[in-house]
Amino acid sequence: MIPPSFEYLKPRTVPEAISLLEEHGENAKILSGGQSLIPMMKFRLARPGWLIDINHIPNLAYIREEGGYLKIGGLTREADIESSDLIRSKFPVLHDTAFVIADPQVRNLATIGGNLAHADPANDHPATMLALGAQVVATGRRGERIIPIEEFFVSIFTTALQHDEILTEIRVPVPPPGSGGAYFKVERKVGDFATAAVAAQATLDGQGVCQGVGIGMTNVGPIPIKARTAEGFLKGKTLTEITIAEASRLAAGDAQPSSDSRGPAEYKKALVKELTKRAINRAIERARQ
Amino acid sequence: MPKTHHVRVRLNGVDHEADVDPRVLLVHFIRETAGLTGTHIGCDTSNCGACTVLLDGRPIKSCTLLAVQADGSDLTTVEGLMHDGQLHPIQEGFHQEHGLQCGFCTPGMMMSALALLGKNPNPTEQDIRWAISGNLCRCTGYQNIVKAIQYAGRKMQQGASA
Ligand SMILES: Cc1cc2nc3c(=O)[nH]c(=O)nc-3n(C[C@H](O)[C@H](O)[C@H](O)COP(=O)(O)OP(=O)(O)OC[C@H]3O[C@@H](n4cnc5c(N)ncnc54)[C@H](O)[C@@H]3O)c2cc1C
Ligand code: FES
Ligand code: FES
Repeated sequence: MIPPSFEYLKPRTVPEAISLLEEHGENAKILSGGQSLIPMMKFRLARPGWLIDINHIPNLAYIREEGGYLKIGGLTREADIESSDLIRSKFPVLHDTAFVIADPQVRNLATIGGNLAHADPANDHPATMLALGAQVVATGRRGERIIPIEEFFVSIFTTALQHDEILTEIRVPVPPPGSGGAYFKVERKVGDFATAAVAAQATLDGQGVCQGVGIGMTNVGPIPIKARTAEGFLKGKTLTEITIAEASRLAAGDAQPSSDSRGPAEYKKALVKELTKRAINRAIERARQ
Repeated sequence: MPKTHHVRVRLNGVDHEADVDPRVLLVHFIRETAGLTGTHIGCDTSNCGACTVLLDGRPIKSCTLLAVQADGSDLTTVEGLMHDGQLHPIQEGFHQEHGLQCGFCTPGMMMSALALLGKNPNPTEQDIRWAISGNLCRCTGYQNIVKAIQYAGRKMQQGASA
């Protein structure tokens, strides 16, 4: 399968890319890792007339801690997130996530910016970013604006980005001491999208009381879902087997899966319940390390 | 007709260049323009890894990258393994340990193995299974592929210390 014809453009700066997006309008698409877009073009699910390849723009791929945030450039590859010591030690939930995305070859090209901007509810980063309370930096003609991740996913394959905006950075607040996180995913085989997956990030005080918790869920609804009922229930409570079991039950209630080739909706709800429990338990373990 | 683009790559140490239509996939550039048919097309849907080649040392699926995107890069395909008429230790390993049956997945497997052994000359079985997790084999059951890569790792270390 060969994609339908298009014109290929290779801007060298962000402003140049933005003006090309403005010039060619809705008929133009950003090409990042291409690991979602090229398959979609081969299947004729996307037929952009212009591809704006952002891979040659310098300084869009980085991982650094700065001013209380972990900052990841939009063009950063999954493989580099997976092998980052900073991420492994301070943001283990993000390491867990990158590790289970697709397979090694796909991770060598796929980017975190593309993973979020594509807004496929089956993608793994959105749930983790919801759990971490991340911010998206969108750059357009008028400069940068910050979009809280809770407002970023609008509907299936649609985000709050304007057509001529580029996701240039994702920012994650550095968690306070006593924090930990984990991502648990059930997939039919390596490289498959999640049947269901859950990210949890928790902060505990010295007595084991939950100061704050974020829970995000993958592929159990038309958009990535934040388990707000479960989060609200846990805040201020001591995390015990009983409170965690109740939060997991509530998270399954927050999920809105549909039945498909990966399984019936009831099964996916049961998975969410179990994966939430596992993710919270691992998060607590890591918070105490 | 869309504008063609000039693509120049270093392919197994040899320069190759051509003017290509942007929609040409790297795997077709390698097989049809450069004439190296060792890289296979299996699923053509980014799932099987038969088309795996090294792009600047990293394994990628050449059915899911445009040739224009590879402009300026260094590519390695299965044809780049043999040197001076000598099988590469990875090829020798697949031969010795029966790491293939029909051989369709083999060129891609070998590229994933090459990238792994370049980074980690002494991989555990788990490291190997992780490295080839994006390469499907319908014949072997993977057992002998793991052994073949272990064989190659040992042989390459002996070569390095000899
Ligand atoms: C076999 C296979 C298995 C996979 N399994 C998983 C999986 O298990 N989990 C998972 O999460 N993903 C999976 N993926 C998807 C993969 O992670 C994609 O790479 C990712 O969804 C998109 O990232 P990309 O960089 O490849 O983006 P592209 O494919 O280049 O772009 C995707 C979309 O986002 C837009 N876009 C890209 N970058 C930007 C930007 N910086 N600003 C604005 N818009 C932008 C593009 O215009 C396009 O519409 C899989 C892919 C394959 C081929
Ligand atoms: S042919 Fe490229 S992954 Fe199968
Ligand atoms: S040897 Fe036949 S597919 Fe692997």
